[in-house]
Amino acid sequence: MTELTHLTLTEARDGLKAKTFSATEIAKAHIAAIEKARALNAYVLETPEQALAMAKASDEKIAKGEARPLEGIPLGIKDLFCTKDVVSTAGSNILKTFKPSYESTVTQNLWNDGAVMLGKLNMDEFAMGSSNETSAFGPVVSPWRRQGSNVGAGASGAVEGAHLVPGGSSGGSAAAVAAHLCLGATATDTGGSIRQPAAFTGTVGIKPTYGRCSRWGTVAFASSLDQAGPIARTVRDAAIMLRSMSGPDAKDTTCVDLPVPDFEAAVSRGVKGLKIGIPKEYRVDGMAPEIEKLWEQGIQWLREAGAEIVDVSLPHTKYALPAYYIVAPAEASSNLARYDGVRYGLRVPGKDIADMYEKTRAEGFGREVKRRIMIGTYVLSAGYYDAYYVRAQKIRTLIKQDFEKVYASGVHAILTPATPSAAFGIGEKGSGDPVEMYLNDIFTVTVNMAGLPGLAVPAGLDSQGLPLGLQLIGRAFDEETLFAVGQVIENAAGRISLPKAWW
Amino acid sequence: MSVDQNTVRRIARLARIAVTEQDVPHLQGELNAILSFVEQLNEVNVDGVEPMTSVTPMAMKKRQDGVTDGGIVDDIVRNAPVTEDHFFVVPKVVE
Repeated sequence: MTELTHLTLTEARDGLKAKTFSATEIAKAHIAAIEKARALNAYVLETPEQALAMAKASDEKIAKGEARPLEGIPLGIKDLFCTKDVVSTAGSNILKTFKPSYESTVTQNLWNDGAVMLGKLNMDEFAMGSSNETSAFGPVVSPWRRQGSNVGAGASGAVEGAHLVPGGSSGGSAAAVAAHLCLGATATDTGGSIRQPAAFTGTVGIKPTYGRCSRWGTVAFASSLDQAGPIARTVRDAAIMLRSMSGPDAKDTTCVDLPVPDFEAAVSRGVKGLKIGIPKEYRVDGMAPEIEKLWEQGIQWLREAGAEIVDVSLPHTKYALPAYYIVAPAEASSNLARYDGVRYGLRVPGKDIADMYEKTRAEGFGREVKRRIMIGTYVLSAGYYDAYYVRAQKIRTLIKQDFEKVYASGVHAILTPATPSAAFGIGEKGSGDPVEMYLNDIFTVTVNMAGLPGLAVPAGLDSQGLPLGLQLIGRAFDEETLFAVGQVIENAAGRISLPKAWW
Repeated sequence: MSVDQNTVRRIARLARIAVTEQDVPHLQGELNAILSFVEQLNEVNVDGVEPMTSVTPMAMKKRQDGVTDGGIVDDIVRNAPVTEDHFFVVPKVVE
């Protein structure tokens, strides 16, 4: 029998229902795998007791024939989601001891469907980063290594190569799924934080349409861009998880009152009769030939499966990333004003209240977070608001109109690369110029700016043996088409074989 | 546009983040790198374009204006660094 940690979520669900194994057995297998994988730093908090208690409850449900959609499925939870009575840090020192007295809607939805919590996953501080290196808990080590690298294997003799980043900000989620430390993980995406780490780790990640998942109880970064979604090992697994995560919520007025489709049923629809757009503006200067080749391959696969391929234009693409670096920091500076050392989180005493605020925030926030708060403060300040913030919001309208025009012409989904490169080494990027790190999100950020759904699906390996992903962008609230097209790519590419445990 | 060191100090004060004199030069460099990156937005003609206010067009949800929760004072103050009798305690602000 396959190891229980190596099952897909779908296989585990079906095996649990058929009583081939129990929820307790599958939870124990994962708890043991997590203990052995601490060197990856994917989990910032393990909750084995809670996992076993939840698994026991699931086994009772299954015995009574009352299994719910995710009954007994062990998941990892990004530490941005507040979990009742379980420390929730957002990867920040300022929240290092924060124990919420409430549960986020997304995680509550998962527990209501029978899922089991294994623990909380590492992430970039306040979800600001593309490599998981800004976390107050230190970086996550990707389970992937470049071909020929023996780093971290405890090998005698010379160490070849460096540890790689899993991407970010949902780096712990992506690494845990790729390293078989959970069957699926929650994640969030403000500019690419689900899709980029999924692409870097050979996993599937979807950022649904803005409003599909409730943001209630998820620590806010940029409220008009933030959206939760799953990272999983197959397209079908992601579809199953998203269905449980989504749904209307009276506690979030931006969460849409639409019924949640049966995403899993859409997975096998195929692409016959679909029109897939290829945006010429995504052919950026200096794009790696391997990325270009992967994209061509994806086009070919979809054409062979019966889709019609059309060239489209999204003329404002190049302005999405700079506009994002005004809008997102502006919203962050406002959202993060709440960390003042009064109601929760760290407090550093000062000579008066202003001094206390300043010292608390100086000590509690890391460098990237401070930088973004300061940029946001600047672009919102008197005299600069119109020149920066209002202009960026106007450009956002233009970006959205680009997509609307393409979809109005009959295009069902758009195919692009997910990232401009494969994973890079820890410490390799962004130490001098923060913009170097920001460029990781050039292909993903437009989707957040326009509020659309985007799916990253593994499509191949580069010359160093590292995974590369393709991105599918859909119409608003049409995640189903993305799952259908994503499955065709997954079938054509073949499941990426994930790294064997060297850790 | 770029910021000088005095502007960096002023932004830090507005953002309520203490910065040391050693922090100022590198913060200035990093902020200017970002500001020079976003400079390209000035190329775009935005005449007559409405700034985005809502990314997905939808009617704002409404509910009855009634109490839906309450009686959880202990929960509200339980993560506060300093409390007294269910109040948050801060340094003296009025002499």
